[in-house]
Amino acid sequence: MKIINLIKIAYRSMSKNKLRSFLTMLGIIIGVASVIAMLAIGEGSKRNIQSSVASLGINTIMIMPGAITSGGVRLQAGTSNSLKIEDVDAIQTRCDLVQYVSPVVNKGVQVVAGNQNWSTAVYGVNLDYFDIRDMKVSVGEKFTEIDERTAAKVCVIGYTVDSNLFGGGVNPVGMTIRINSIPMRVIGMYDRKGQNAFGMDQDDGIIAPFSTVQKRMMSNNNLNSIYVSSKSDLVMNDAVDEISKLMRQRHKLAPSDDDDFTVRTQQDLANIFGAVSKIMTILLASIASISLIVGGIGIMNIMLVSVTERTREIGIRMAIGAKSRDVLIQFMIESIFISFIGGFIGILLGIGVSIIVSKFGGWPVTVTPTSIVIAFSFSAIIGIFFGWYPARKAANLNPIDALRYE
Amino acid sequence: MASPLISVKNLKKVYQMGDTQVHALRDITLDINKGDYVAIMGASGSGKSTFMNIIGCLDKPTSGEYFLDSIDALKMNKNELAEFRNQKIGFIFQSFNILARTSAQENVELPLIYNNKVGAKERRERAFNALKSVGLAERANNMPNQLSGGQQQRVAIARALVNDPVVIMADEPTGNLDSRTSYEIMEIFRTLNEKGITIVMVTHEPDIAQFAADNIVFRDGSIISHEKVTNRKIPQEELKKLPAPETGDKK
Ligand SMILES: Nc1ncnc2c1ncn2[C@@H]1O[C@H](COP(=O)(O)OP(=O)(O)OP(=O)(O)O)[C@@H](O)[C@H]1O
Ligand SMILES: [Mg+2]
Repeated sequence: MKIINLIKIAYRSMSKNKLRSFLTMLGIIIGVASVIAMLAIGEGSKRNIQSSVASLGINTIMIMPGAITSGGVRLQAGTSNSLKIEDVDAIQTRCDLVQYVSPVVNKGVQVVAGNQNWSTAVYGVNLDYFDIRDMKVSVGEKFTEIDERTAAKVCVIGYTVDSNLFGGGVNPVGMTIRINSIPMRVIGMYDRKGQNAFGMDQDDGIIAPFSTVQKRMMSNNNLNSIYVSSKSDLVMNDAVDEISKLMRQRHKLAPSDDDDFTVRTQQDLANIFGAVSKIMTILLASIASISLIVGGIGIMNIMLVSVTERTREIGIRMAIGAKSRDVLIQFMIESIFISFIGGFIGILLGIGVSIIVSKFGGWPVTVTPTSIVIAFSFSAIIGIFFGWYPARKAANLNPIDALRYE
Repeated sequence: MASPLISVKNLKKVYQMGDTQVHALRDITLDINKGDYVAIMGASGSGKSTFMNIIGCLDKPTSGEYFLDSIDALKMNKNELAEFRNQKIGFIFQSFNILARTSAQENVELPLIYNNKVGAKERRERAFNALKSVGLAERANNMPNQLSGGQQQRVAIARALVNDPVVIMADEPTGNLDSRTSYEIMEIFRTLNEKGITIVMVTHEPDIAQFAADNIVFRDGSIISHEKVTNRKIPQEELKKLPAPETGDKK
């Protein structure tokens, strides 16, 4: 029997039961669509991370107090008091591969201007910080070295802070704001940076001289972190080694001791975040593929019903010359048909859902050809796998028993 | 003398029903020659259908020998049998057994679909010709639910004919039909038989059996008589004896 005839038979028997075929397909449609959408969301967030890493500058190295435990998870971050301003000075003078270095002390604060108030974070840093973070100040100006030496009460604010305190309409330069009751003069506003890889608003912050924040707002002289940039991205890893060696030496750690600080590059963080998002993607896609399997079970169920219903038809076909193989293929084609068409509609639906998610959910979403191929072959395999058993059941019928079936 | 078309020897069929054995066929030996027209009679449960299913290669006997067209039908596997049935046998059933929601034309095409030697164009032509030969040319595109019982049985006959079988096997072909329609079917059988096609037919009705050339009577799984029909009836004449039909839509 020729394949074209079998396809015709399959098509006809499906169109005889349109609603049933559609409902059976629905399982596959939903499964494929959700696999596509999940993979698209995963891929989108991966690309988002990559681009924000590039925008942050891949030369940036962060040193944080506290050690990492195995598995890459840093526990008790910030609880260790191992970083001091002297470390910054030492890195500056003794590390050849380091270009810029800045201490960072930061604190969550309440800011008041007139009758508006806003809670944000204040960062005490030195001038190098602007270069490390690639921050530009085009409204007003940065603070100066003199401000730093005198712990002047001046600050550079971010766009979000400006718009919440001053409505964004007026030039904030020259205004006075009270940070935890300390009056500070706004001398500039840094250019918008948008969200970072972790979804944090980088424009929601206030930057002030290190000495100002340290002396006037902090209760001790520990640093929250040290920001460094290497001379080029090529020597980045060497710079990390250089810094680690120096820090171990300064902190008088024995060779058997663990680091009491953590050196991280932007790339490291991006990698960790990327790994997390990959795990999430796999997780979501696996959940989605469960629905694909459920859809497959739906196909099997309906095919079994169909075989039972059509036992007599099978008997007639066998009596007049259908071989087992003909019957097997006839039913297989039917289930493959369902899963293929379902897969195809599912792909379209998945792409549609991805677009909607990215439009309304603000998620970055990218549908890749690979995910389409994966989802489609998955649905085809499911059609074959779950269609096989009912089809074989039909093919193994005895013509005489099938004919007698009521 | 040429070897018989159908040759069975010591055919037995035993059904196991729990502890009891049902001897549906006991030691049947029978030859049917090419061109014969045989009617099998017998009380209900005497083993007629069981016999037909075995010689129709749909079922296997418990023991015995069976040759169809000089080929040992009991040595074939399932697929070989399927092909064998397709090539050699045309089936006609009491309950018509044509596919629902499939047009008359497509029903008749079915055996040819399973015959790889026949292409699509030839298949359509042959199916249409078969329908024409049973007088259903203008019903080719009707669905079974748009056809009367007699017309459905004629579709089944066309289907049985379309692949040029050596024998037509009919199990109570007129069992579900009124006398007039039955005689019309018998008229088709007569013309087929005159063209040389062998017919084996099971029937309950003695008057239908009178249209055949030979009558075989089964009782309790054995043949109790096998004789020539002495005064064979001719369907057309019997049709004339019937009162005129009320409606004219019998074509
Ligand atoms: N599948 C089966 N399982 C068990 N017993 C069966 C089976 N098929 C038939 N029989 C038995 O075999 C015997 C012969 O049955 P068969 O159908 O051949 O009779 P028949 O002559 O065709 O009767 P009818 O005229 O009513 O059609 C009966 O006693 C029946 O009960
Ligand atoms: Mg019977």
